[in-house]
Amino acid sequence: MSTIDTSRAKPHEPSHGHHDESYLASRGSLFSNIWDWATTVDHKKIGVMYLFAVLVLFFIGGLAAILVRLELFEPTRIVGGKVVGSLFQSLTAPEATSTAAGNNWYNRTFTLHGAIMVFMVIVPSVPASLGNFFLPIQIGAKDVAFPRLNLLSWYIYVIGSIFAVLSIILGGVDTGWTFYTPYSTLTDLGFSRGAILVFAVFVLGFSSILTGLNFVVTVHKLRAPGMGWFDMPLFIWGVYSTAIIQVLATPVIGITLLLLCMERLFRIGIFDPSLGGDPVLYQHFFWFYSHPVVYVMILPGMAIISELIAVHSRKRIFGYRAVAFASLGIAAVSFLVWGHHMFTGMGEMASFIFSGLTFLVAIPTAVKVFNWIATLYKGSIAINTPMLYALIFLFLFTIGGLTGLPLATLATDVHLHDSYFVVAHFHYVMMGGTIMAFVGGIHHWWPKMFGKMYAEKPAMLAAILVFIGFNLTFIPQFLMGAQGMPRRYASYVDAFHIYHQLSTFGSFLLLVGFLLHAFVLVHSLVAGKKAPPNPWGGLTLEWSTDSPPIAHNFHHEPIVTHGPYDYDSVVPPHWDPKDYPLPDQKQVAQVHAGH
Amino acid sequence: MTTLDAHTSNPADPNAPAYARYKHGHHWRSQAEEFDGTKLGFWLFLSTEVLLFAGIFCAYAIFRMLYPEAWAEGSSQLDWRFGGANTIVLLLSSYTMAAAIYSCQTGKFARMRMNLLITIFCGLLFLAIKFLFEYTPKWSGWFFFLDPHLADVHSTKEALGGLFKFVEGYGGKRPGQFFDYPFAKDANIPLWWSVYYCGTALHALHVIIGMILIGRVYLKSLKMTYGPTYYTGVEIAGLYWHLVDLIWIFLFPLLYLIH
Repeated sequence: MSTIDTSRAKPHEPSHGHHDESYLASRGSLFSNIWDWATTVDHKKIGVMYLFAVLVLFFIGGLAAILVRLELFEPTRIVGGKVVGSLFQSLTAPEATSTAAGNNWYNRTFTLHGAIMVFMVIVPSVPASLGNFFLPIQIGAKDVAFPRLNLLSWYIYVIGSIFAVLSIILGGVDTGWTFYTPYSTLTDLGFSRGAILVFAVFVLGFSSILTGLNFVVTVHKLRAPGMGWFDMPLFIWGVYSTAIIQVLATPVIGITLLLLCMERLFRIGIFDPSLGGDPVLYQHFFWFYSHPVVYVMILPGMAIISELIAVHSRKRIFGYRAVAFASLGIAAVSFLVWGHHMFTGMGEMASFIFSGLTFLVAIPTAVKVFNWIATLYKGSIAINTPMLYALIFLFLFTIGGLTGLPLATLATDVHLHDSYFVVAHFHYVMMGGTIMAFVGGIHHWWPKMFGKMYAEKPAMLAAILVFIGFNLTFIPQFLMGAQGMPRRYASYVDAFHIYHQLSTFGSFLLLVGFLLHAFVLVHSLVAGKKAPPNPWGGLTLEWSTDSPPIAHNFHHEPIVTHGPYDYDSVVPPHWDPKDYPLPDQKQVAQVHAGH
Repeated sequence: MTTLDAHTSNPADPNAPAYARYKHGHHWRSQAEEFDGTKLGFWLFLSTEVLLFAGIFCAYAIFRMLYPEAWAEGSSQLDWRFGGANTIVLLLSSYTMAAAIYSCQTGKFARMRMNLLITIFCGLLFLAIKFLFEYTPKWSGWFFFLDPHLADVHSTKEALGGLFKFVEGYGGKRPGQFFDYPFAKDANIPLWWSVYYCGTALHALHVIIGMILIGRVYLKSLKMTYGPTYYTGVEIAGLYWHLVDLIWIFLFPLLYLIH
């Protein structure tokens, strides 16, 4: 063993029976198991519960996306007016027969997709699920700093999601996920579901703040002895930077949405121009949160990629400090770019400044991408699902990042804004970036979380399907966006027909890919081989404990004796992770000295 | 600030008071680290509170810049004496809260409880002045659903129904537009009242939450939960209360003293 130096480890307090068992161990009857999970303060169980909730909502949001794509298969109403209208007539659109009702249904469906995917899936996806599970283990702690707060934030998340779903059951909201005023405050005045959805997002913000706060304190105060800031795995750096943004940006959306609810309920007029208010003020408030939150979405994805690439190419990460500081750099710059959502609503000077600051984001981002590629160079790359997803991420995220530049440029943005080009751009970043990293991370850590190996070949096939489906969905959107197809429209001219059809076929392929993934993962739980403690040969702390980890994570408090990516000093050349645990360190040192 | 000495705790002694038997969370290395970590977490939470109010202050600044006349006129409708009295009440309560923490650290339990009670009382006094002398006179015109003489309301249910009717546009009037005093000169004065009500109501909500926190600390203090070796909860409630006070220190001059 190298990661845990047991000779120097302090003896653990006397074990209390089940603490040495796997955290997944049964507690007896079904009811006591459910009660145990519902009241648990174990960060691992909370992480798994988050993972489950996020995946359920990902499925709902994904179905909405499929319905949107289905609707756009033809320029006339094919779903909203007929199929779904007759199925859920009483729920979605009581009068769903005419084209107008179909359009209305379309607006509600893409709002549903956007709101669920942004607020309930991508924002909490990586930090709250994988972060919750692995942040304490990777720094050698027994739990997060405030375990009960952690459970509370899960319940708040679930309550917020229930409110959101409630607003949909009551008939849906058609404002888009950004709730721009005065449309969001002055339309549908007879219904309160707009206010319910806004309130749901407000509640979800609480959950986000509490998770972020918990992580910041955990990283500051609970690192294992011997783990300095620059001995932390890069996953921690990414999640830590994310947590800072969550703490500092979310309160602003809190007050914004509170004011929006007040505006909706009492017409206080702060955002309503007819009462002297300023609708662009709403956009400033909204994007002051929602642009930093774009980095809440992508930073944890980047954090995962740093792990995947280093572990699966078994190589020291290139430029550790550069990648770590790039995370903080992105977090810092993220607060200075919100104005690029309002290029047309501000003065020229402000637009110039925000344009320049937006370009600034490209620098730390490119630093990361180049460092990952340099890490791959001459590494012993294992082609498996996590590595495949890391490569998919590099490909898609680079496209997503580079297409951001013409949008940050004032002159080209005038042409491209509010077109499908923007839609394709942020899907390449959010989905091609965050979701791909998330799925890669799930496969990377699946053996650790559940103690079961998934079937590698079908998972890789699914990854390839997802990759092809994704590009087939969104490349046509770049093309038609650049030619002028506006976003949010339910209809289009015939020139765009072929692009929309290709895009819809792509989305079906994506669906098939993700369903195959789900099948492979569920299958592994039922019939997967038992996972060894360290299937990939990782050097971070989570790989030094059991799979799945025991209730207290480690049998002894770990003492960190080497860096997270010291493959060139800890691991002998041509080492196979099957030979885990690592050989005697003195011998390895001699081999390396001989080189 | 007194440093916490974890070694004086003795969890094993069944006769020791509750605070001396306090056992820190199993995932912390020591009680001192738990105390530090909890305080760090709470300071982060306080920063989120500041950012929450920042939205109100930002709206205030922008509309004051756009409509200085509306702001001057709106502010002149407020009585600085009530605002000033509330400022003094909150400053006093901040002192008693700090004194409660100090008494707890030094083991003077009776004084700690007394100070906690005075703090809660000051919170109540603040709310009483706010609601009785400031909100109610301004509301009497439009909170008709609480006033049987102004509307045909006979039950609570009807009163609530009245609220929603009102929100839907009862009589074409909505609260945000309702502050049109006959003597109001400026068309944008509703915005002033929107900012005033949102800001002060959000602050009043925080006063109530603070009082609940301090009330909880008081109840726990009866069971000797806090003492010289363990006073995290008292300290946290104190930090929160000081923030509530601090926000009012900014709200008061910005709302009452600008003309």
